Amino acid sequence: MKRFGSLLALIAGLSACSSEQVVPVFHADTNPETLSAWGQVTINGGALDLSEGVMPYDLNTPLFSDYAHKLRTVWMPDGTKATYREGEVLDFPVGTVITKTFYYDTPEGPFDGLVLKSATPDGLPDNQLGLENVRLIETRVLARRESGWIALPYVWNDEQTEAVLQRTGEIKRLTLVKDETMEEATEFAYLVPDVNQCAGCHATNATTRAIQPIGPKARHLNGAFTYDTGTENQLAHWQTAGILTGAPAPHMAPRNAVWTDTSESIDRRARAYLDANCAHCHNTVGAADTSGLHLEPDDPYGPNLGICKTPIAAGTGTGGRHFDIVPGDPDASIFTYRMASTNPAEMMPELGRSLAHDEGVDLIVEWIESLEGGGCLSDL
Amino acid sequence: MLTLRTSTIALASALMLVACGQKTETDAHTAPVDSAAAEAVADYAATLRSQLLDAQPGDVIEIPAGNYSFDRSLSLSVDNVTIRGAGMDETILSFKGQVAGAEGLLVTADNFTIENLAIEDTKGDALKINECKNVIIRGVRTAWTGEPKTSNGAYGMYPVQCENVLIEDSVAIGASDAGIYVGQSQNIIVRRNRVEYNVAGLEIENSIGADVYENIATNNTGGILVFNMPNLPQPGHTTRVYNNDVYENNTRNFGHPGTPVASVPAGSGIVVNSNDKVEIFDNRIADNKTANIIISSVYSTGYEGLSTQDDFDPYPEGIFVHGNELSGGGNAPDGMELKALKTLMFGLNGSFPDVLWDGYVNTEKFPDGVLTGDDRICIDNGDAEVLNVDMPNGNDNPVVDTAPHQCTLERLPAVNLDI
Repeated sequence: MKRFGSLLALIAGLSACSSEQVVPVFHADTNPETLSAWGQVTINGGALDLSEGVMPYDLNTPLFSDYAHKLRTVWMPDGTKATYREGEVLDFPVGTVITKTFYYDTPEGPFDGLVLKSATPDGLPDNQLGLENVRLIETRVLARRESGWIALPYVWNDEQTEAVLQRTGEIKRLTLVKDETMEEATEFAYLVPDVNQCAGCHATNATTRAIQPIGPKARHLNGAFTYDTGTENQLAHWQTAGILTGAPAPHMAPRNAVWTDTSESIDRRARAYLDANCAHCHNTVGAADTSGLHLEPDDPYGPNLGICKTPIAAGTGTGGRHFDIVPGDPDASIFTYRMASTNPAEMMPELGRSLAHDEGVDLIVEWIESLEGGGCLSDL
Repeated sequence: MLTLRTSTIALASALMLVACGQKTETDAHTAPVDSAAAEAVADYAATLRSQLLDAQPGDVIEIPAGNYSFDRSLSLSVDNVTIRGAGMDETILSFKGQVAGAEGLLVTADNFTIENLAIEDTKGDALKINECKNVIIRGVRTAWTGEPKTSNGAYGMYPVQCENVLIEDSVAIGASDAGIYVGQSQNIIVRRNRVEYNVAGLEIENSIGADVYENIATNNTGGILVFNMPNLPQPGHTTRVYNNDVYENNTRNFGHPGTPVASVPAGSGIVVNSNDKVEIFDNRIADNKTANIIISSVYSTGYEGLSTQDDFDPYPEGIFVHGNELSGGGNAPDGMELKALKTLMFGLNGSFPDVLWDGYVNTEKFPDGVLTGDDRICIDNGDAEVLNVDMPNGNDNPVVDTAPHQCTLERLPAVNLDI
């Protein structure tokens, strides 16, 4: 294994030294063992470089993943482009490759399992990710083949020279620290999903079970991103770059709030958060339609949004509470209990985090407090 | 800063040790002394995950006898796969050390068969099968070991939104919700199973067309439940519960407050809640201390002012009880109100009759408050009596009133399962 590792390092080193430019590759029917074979992102010197034509992007309000930062990219073969769709994920052409690299900032010095709870960087102004005091964990690849999308998890080696396909997933033991004072250190088990677990979120329709991207919907992309060429709205930038067709002007397209943007209403921020963190399962055809709880932005206010709704199969997830949401009373609402829990039997989302997102919980607490209503049971 | 770094590194080294010690889930297994055998067992746990990922339609995945430990959930998403162990006491998948995943095994695939193995001590549900056609669960045991605990996972066997479901010759123990739970499904047979020490032994919820027979339900809080819950895509109806042994379901309710089953009183034999077209016959129902049979509306479960879909029907209608052997029970109901009621009406040493009905009637449909035609609740069961506890009026006028229920309904059709 050790020899294999150094061999990989050697190969990676060679490719880094060669003057040949790395080009993105679409693998139509094989699953390469290494991330570099896709040619989307490559280690070059002390940075993770994006290959020519690989577009970085961000979501207005993203899914929480144990405080990991995420570098998202999309690439489409020359001459092809995505077609705009208003309510669902953009219609990407065959050959599209999307990557999402999960990484953390780390305290200075050699990596020793400690990762920092740090602010998400704004855009990608250098069009590369510097690796000084950065720990790459995994890169997930979504590729659009003739037969549909496939999802593959690649795990970075300790040397941060290559990521290797890990179809069975993996658990990484890490410790989250607020800063280098080591206060508030929290050990956690970071889960790299196995291939089936990828589908657990990405098969957003539980009947067809087809895998598809979740993030690149108009409403998630409709916001500013800082490119090496400056800051621009992503939909407009994609259209100009020739990888998107049919998009209306950004102000005519749906837009989720940025959950931290306090100039937006609490309702819009909370609904954006629930959309990104819950609605891939909690939609009318998703894996969690069994619960009758639907959390897409246009799902109406009422029992199916959780308002005074009794749980169906929550088990220990109720936390002893009787309703998903009791308007005005977050402490009586199952929502906040399950979001704050880290017990696999009760936490929501079920997959993709082993830490609680304190700031996300605070947001939903504030939202439920803002809802009007005097409890859920009528007086008899 | 320097000292800090040192301690950081020390901590980190400790972490690394831990990390190395727990590198794979297979290291965590608690298998026996023979180290070669132990290693083989460990290898197999890792192999199984790959087998599930790489399964091809038509595959039979055989799991040899052994005790295999997992720290995260397993899943299968390939159609036409059989998972087969060497027996429910021989092949054991243990999730005692689970740190991730809401269930033991999650299946999202059609034509799935699982047989002859056990799934133990999962954090959440043991076996969840979501939106699948043609499911066979045979000779499977799901169990939480130790005393019944609220911290146990919710469901043992949990097919939901499935079509054509057969659960047979299986055993479910210790679920903090239901041992066997078939939800929002269609065309179901549940037979020859044993359910014990669960809150709900066996539950059919929001399902259409279920035959439940030759099961043994004992030592649960409630033995066999046929429920409808609001705010779900599919209301259920047409369930036959027959030739089961349902006795001594008197375990205290250890369900989670807030879950539907948490309101089931300990000592419930067969419970119909808000469901329609349920036929209960030829069962042997005995010594369930609240009542052998309970027929109720979601309104009597503590949710009178519930926010529901407009079209939800909370009234049990078309219930037909006949030919059951009923004995004992009703002598020590659960909960202050029922206890007081029992003592008031039947004395300290008396008992509730065999059938409790909460008395809720859809008065929009039946302005006189009397059910008619196919919607009646018919108890044609020898000398079994019905207590209407008059819940709609706060138990003001509870009365043993069997006469209105002395009727028969058309028999329900048998489920025809063609898997």
